[in-house]
Amino acid sequence: MKNGSTTKTTASKSAKGEAEEAGARVSADAQGSNGAGDTAEARSFIFLPPPRAEALSVPDPLNERGELVCTDETTLAPAQMRELYRWLQLTRLVEEKLVNLYRQTKVVGGVFRSLGQEATAVGTCYALRPADFITPLIRDLGAVLVKGIRPREIFAQYMAKAWGPSEGRDLNIHFGDIERGFVGPISHLGDMIPVMTGIVLAARMRKKETVAVAYIGDGGMSTGAFHEGLNFAAVQRLPLVVVAEHNWYAYSTPTRKQCAVTNLADKAAAYGIPGYVVDGNDVVACYEVMKKAAEFARAGGGAVLIEAKTYRRKGHAEHDDQRYLPEGELEAWEKRDPLDRYQRHLISNGVATQDALDEITADVRREVEEDAAWAESSPMPEAEKAAYNVFDNSNVPPAFRPKVFGRGE
Amino acid sequence: MSAAAKKEHKSNRPERGGVVTFVEAIRQGLWEEMERDPSVFLIGEDVGVYGGAFKVTDGLLDEFGDGRVIDTPISEAAIVGAACGAALMGMRPVAEFQFIDFITPAFDMLTNYAAKCRYRWGAGVAAVFRGPCGAGVHAGPFHSLNAEAFFMNTAGLKMVEPSTAYDAKGLIKAAIRDPDPVLFFEHKKLYRLPRLREEIPEDDYTVEIGKARTRREGRDLSVITFGAQVLTALDAAEELEKEGLSVEVIDLRTLAPMDREAILATARRTSKVLILHEASRTGGIGGEIAATIAEEAFEWLDAPVVRVAATDTPVPYSPPLEEYHLPQARDVLDAARKLAAY
Ligand SMILES: Cc1ncc(C[n+]2csc(CCOP(=O)(O)OP(=O)(O)O)c2C)c(N)n1
Ligand SMILES: [Mg+2]
Repeated sequence: MKNGSTTKTTASKSAKGEAEEAGARVSADAQGSNGAGDTAEARSFIFLPPPRAEALSVPDPLNERGELVCTDETTLAPAQMRELYRWLQLTRLVEEKLVNLYRQTKVVGGVFRSLGQEATAVGTCYALRPADFITPLIRDLGAVLVKGIRPREIFAQYMAKAWGPSEGRDLNIHFGDIERGFVGPISHLGDMIPVMTGIVLAARMRKKETVAVAYIGDGGMSTGAFHEGLNFAAVQRLPLVVVAEHNWYAYSTPTRKQCAVTNLADKAAAYGIPGYVVDGNDVVACYEVMKKAAEFARAGGGAVLIEAKTYRRKGHAEHDDQRYLPEGELEAWEKRDPLDRYQRHLISNGVATQDALDEITADVRREVEEDAAWAESSPMPEAEKAAYNVFDNSNVPPAFRPKVFGRGE
Repeated sequence: MSAAAKKEHKSNRPERGGVVTFVEAIRQGLWEEMERDPSVFLIGEDVGVYGGAFKVTDGLLDEFGDGRVIDTPISEAAIVGAACGAALMGMRPVAEFQFIDFITPAFDMLTNYAAKCRYRWGAGVAAVFRGPCGAGVHAGPFHSLNAEAFFMNTAGLKMVEPSTAYDAKGLIKAAIRDPDPVLFFEHKKLYRLPRLREEIPEDDYTVEIGKARTRREGRDLSVITFGAQVLTALDAAEELEKEGLSVEVIDLRTLAPMDREAILATARRTSKVLILHEASRTGGIGGEIAATIAEEAFEWLDAPVVRVAATDTPVPYSPPLEEYHLPQARDVLDAARKLAAY
């Protein structure tokens, strides 16, 4: 990876070429496609240094039977590969359990699925060291789990229980655990990019080789905070790796209405940092690209932008009827399911037998059920606990409800 | 979206008037203003094909096209800034925040640009900035905001928050026709509340910005409030009537510029005032109302002015915590009884 390489590719495009490309995009839009349809065939990659349209035709990795699998170019040992499978399965089954609990009205807020894009969060996070930091988006449950947050904590959060890490104060993955390198997000998209620059700024001041990874969506990248944060990381050469999860939608808004670049990674050029595109449904490729990016960042290269092309197969949240999807798009992406694909990959390559994988799945199921039961057994928080923790209560008293005419009471 | 899918979801033109919910009243108001005035347009995240996260703009894209119903990137500063610029050119933008919590990335645009244009160079920014506000639905610290106090100390922004379907339609129309920037807060609990269904007129009407409304007349004490808390106040008033207390309920409807006349009039009439709002107490707009009464109606008062509001914490997620945080009917009853007995 070399700083500035993306800038060169972009600049070498003729103005005419650009215009034609834009024209092609517009006419594709007019036909009601947002380009995701052709992704199924053409847009597949392992990791591609100059992220530009011409690089989009890297062939899908196939096994002898012609089925879609994952890339063979890997440094992962077989045991690690089986572990990766476990994380993918855990992510999916925790979410399925959450949907179950939601339908039983035990989840208080909404449920936001990562179905179809689990490989991005799991694969990239698996490439990090324990001392590295992440900040996930709502759909990066996989990364949160890989960082060592247990399913029981997630269940208790969703159910607004007292035993959840935020003790009922905030929802889903909105919490944090500095020990485990997990800085939970707030809802406001983009805000975490500047915060993560601070994490690695402090680490550098303390002579630590910490890398920070911030996950962001195709939508969240349109915020001012995203820009300010990444620009700051770039000029400071901070070891921040931003994973742009290109899942084609931000709520109902397709990417073409979000930004005018062909690849989100093209934006790297504007910051003078390397940008990479990876097949976000190939968990091995996601691992490999992060491994390189983290090494580059850790060695003093500075910030990196990785775009993972994936797809959000569920609506924005459980309530969303996805009325805005073009016909056939979902079906095309079901065929690229990251879990099915990885399972085929492991079996075709002799890394695991079906039986071994089934055993992992059964084990994961057991863990999920146990943890959900634990969370269900937690009480709800006591009402008065709402008053605590606005400030350090050893300095400032809790914010209790004041009494009427209660001076001095 | 395929033609078939689009047809299936096409939402029809709303009736004019009729029996409507709160959300339908706003949708009618937007629709009619867009029909009446071609310079009115909508801009915001997911307002087009999805019809907005709360479906306030459902069907407007099909009717008015994507030239006038604009789905934007997730860029609140761009939404507000673009609305300001378009307003300077004579357009009448209505910008939506998906949740009012997401007004904060546009804080600079609103407080520094929109609010100060007329004062600095005589250019009014005739734009509406609307969105769902309010807590009580277990949505946690980032989807429950009541933002009015953030803007109360900024001269140049009007703020409106209706509590009935009739007022919602009349005020959104008035806001769109207003020559200055208007923040329009819609409490999300009210959107589909069956209790708020009411018959509204078929004919075009507006509700004047800057005027409160007496929702219930009373003699013994006044509750001054707005938004979803009007319902809490009305319920409490009913309960207290059984105890022989006659409670007046004032719905502010407009928060800035505040209807001082109405506030002072009710204070002078009942001599005991309780201010109720859903945002945190400290620095909330209740303080401003109380100060106004203290300064200008002190001689009429028979008791200190009392505030009932949320506690000074973020809005927590878990139901028991959120209930503790928010003012409840029982808090209003308790305060009102003590005030009456003072
Ligand atoms: C600043 C800001 N504005 C609006 C929202 C409301 N909102 C929540 S999620 C979302 C869409 C996010 O899309 P994307 O960034 O692509 O992430 P994805 O949901 O696809 O993972 C929006 C608009 C928000 N959270 N933050
Ligand atoms: Mg997205």
